[in-house]
Amino acid sequence: MAELDTSGGGHKKGPGVKKGKKLSTRVDLTPMVDLGFLLITFFIFTTTMSQPTAMKLLLPDDKVKPEEQNKAKESGALTILMGADNHLYYYEGQLKPDASNFLSASYNGENSIRDVILKKKAYVRSIATDPNDPEHDLVVVIKPSQYCNYKNVIDILDEMSINVVKKFALVDIFETEEQLVKISDASAKP
Amino acid sequence: MGRAKLPRKSTNIDMTAMCDVAFLLLSFFILTTKFKPAEAIAVTTPSSVASKVAPSKDFVLVTIDKDGKVFLTIDDKSKREQVVNSINTTKNAGIDVAKFKAASFIGASFSGLNAFLSISEENRKGNALPGIPCKDTTNNELTVWMQAITEAYAGTKMDLLLKGDNLAKYPSFKGVLTAFKKNNIQKFQMVTNPENAPAGSELFKKSMSGEKMDN
Repeated sequence: MAELDTSGGGHKKGPGVKKGKKLSTRVDLTPMVDLGFLLITFFIFTTTMSQPTAMKLLLPDDKVKPEEQNKAKESGALTILMGADNHLYYYEGQLKPDASNFLSASYNGENSIRDVILKKKAYVRSIATDPNDPEHDLVVVIKPSQYCNYKNVIDILDEMSINVVKKFALVDIFETEEQLVKISDASAKP
Repeated sequence: MGRAKLPRKSTNIDMTAMCDVAFLLLSFFILTTKFKPAEAIAVTTPSSVASKVAPSKDFVLVTIDKDGKVFLTIDDKSKREQVVNSINTTKNAGIDVAKFKAASFIGASFSGLNAFLSISEENRKGNALPGIPCKDTTNNELTVWMQAITEAYAGTKMDLLLKGDNLAKYPSFKGVLTAFKKNNIQKFQMVTNPENAPAGSELFKKSMSGEKMDN
C-alpha cells in the first residue's frame, strides 16, 4: 500500500526479486487500552466529587436588653459545656452550688450527648402543656470553654440539627463553670 | 455417528471497542476533574450533616488555621479596592492598593500588612504568617475589617463564610464571632465536609420521609 518501490525502473520484477509481504493493517491495541485504563484510575482517584457544604448559624443580638431576652424555663434547659481533649459536660436546669448535677458525657459511643439530648427531649415532651408544640420549652445552651477546639463546637452544633433541636444558643461560659470544666478535665486525665 | 469438527477460533480479541470505552471514560474524567488550587493555608474542616453547597463566588471568607491564626479572603476584586480605601482613610494604614488587590488573601495586622504584601504570592504560606489579630478584645482588628467589608457590600448580597480547622482553639473562633457581632452580622455560614445523618436519628428519619431539610 504505502510502500516505496525501491526496485527502480518501470520493468517488471524478475524472478529473483522478492515480493514485499502484505502487512496486516491491524494494530495490537492492548498497550493502548492498558494506558487508557491507567489514566482513568489516576483521574478517578484524584478527582474530588464532594463539594464542601455550608452550615448556617444565626447569632443572637447582644444589644437586646436583658428584660427583652427570651427566658428559658428551668425544666426545659440543658446546658452543654465543652472542655479540653474532647471532654464534654452537661447539666440540666440550673447548676447546683455543689455541682452535683454537673455530669460528663462523650461525643459518641457510650454515654453520648445524643442520648442525653434525646432523653431531655422526651422529658420535655412528657411535661408539655401545649399539645401543638410539645417541644416549646426545650432550650439547649452551648457553652464552649477556652480549652475546646473548633471541631467540638461544630460537632455540638451539628448534634442540634441531627436531633432537630429548634432552640439552642451559643453562650459565653461563666467563670465558675470554666473552673469546673478545668478541674474535671484535669481529674479525667489518666 | 460422526461429529462435526468445530473450527478452531483465534484467541485474538478485537480491542477497538474496549479502547473506545476506555478513552471515552478517560476524557470524561479529564473534563470533570477540578484540580484544587494549591491552598496557602492548610485547613482540615470538620464534617457536618448540612447539605447546602457552599457558595464558590462573591464570598467573603474568614479562615482560622490550626494555630488559631485568622486570615481574610475577599473574592470580588472591586470590593477589595473599596475595602482597602476605607481602611486607609479610617486607620491611616497606608496600604498599597494595587498589591492588596492582587493578593488572594490577607493575614497581618495593619502595621504589618505592607510587609506581608511585599512577600511574593507563592511564598505566602500559612505557618510563617502572622494572621489578623482578633483574640484580644481590646485590639480586635477583624472588627475594623468586617466594618469596611459591610460598608463595601451595603445593599448587595454578601456570603460570609467561616472556615475553621478542626484543631483551632475556641478563643480565636470567639474572637471572629465577636468581630461579626459587633458589626451586626448575625448570619453566616461555616464551611464543612458533607456527612450523612446517623442512621436512626431524627434527622435521618426526616430525610428518609422526604422532608426538606432547612439547614
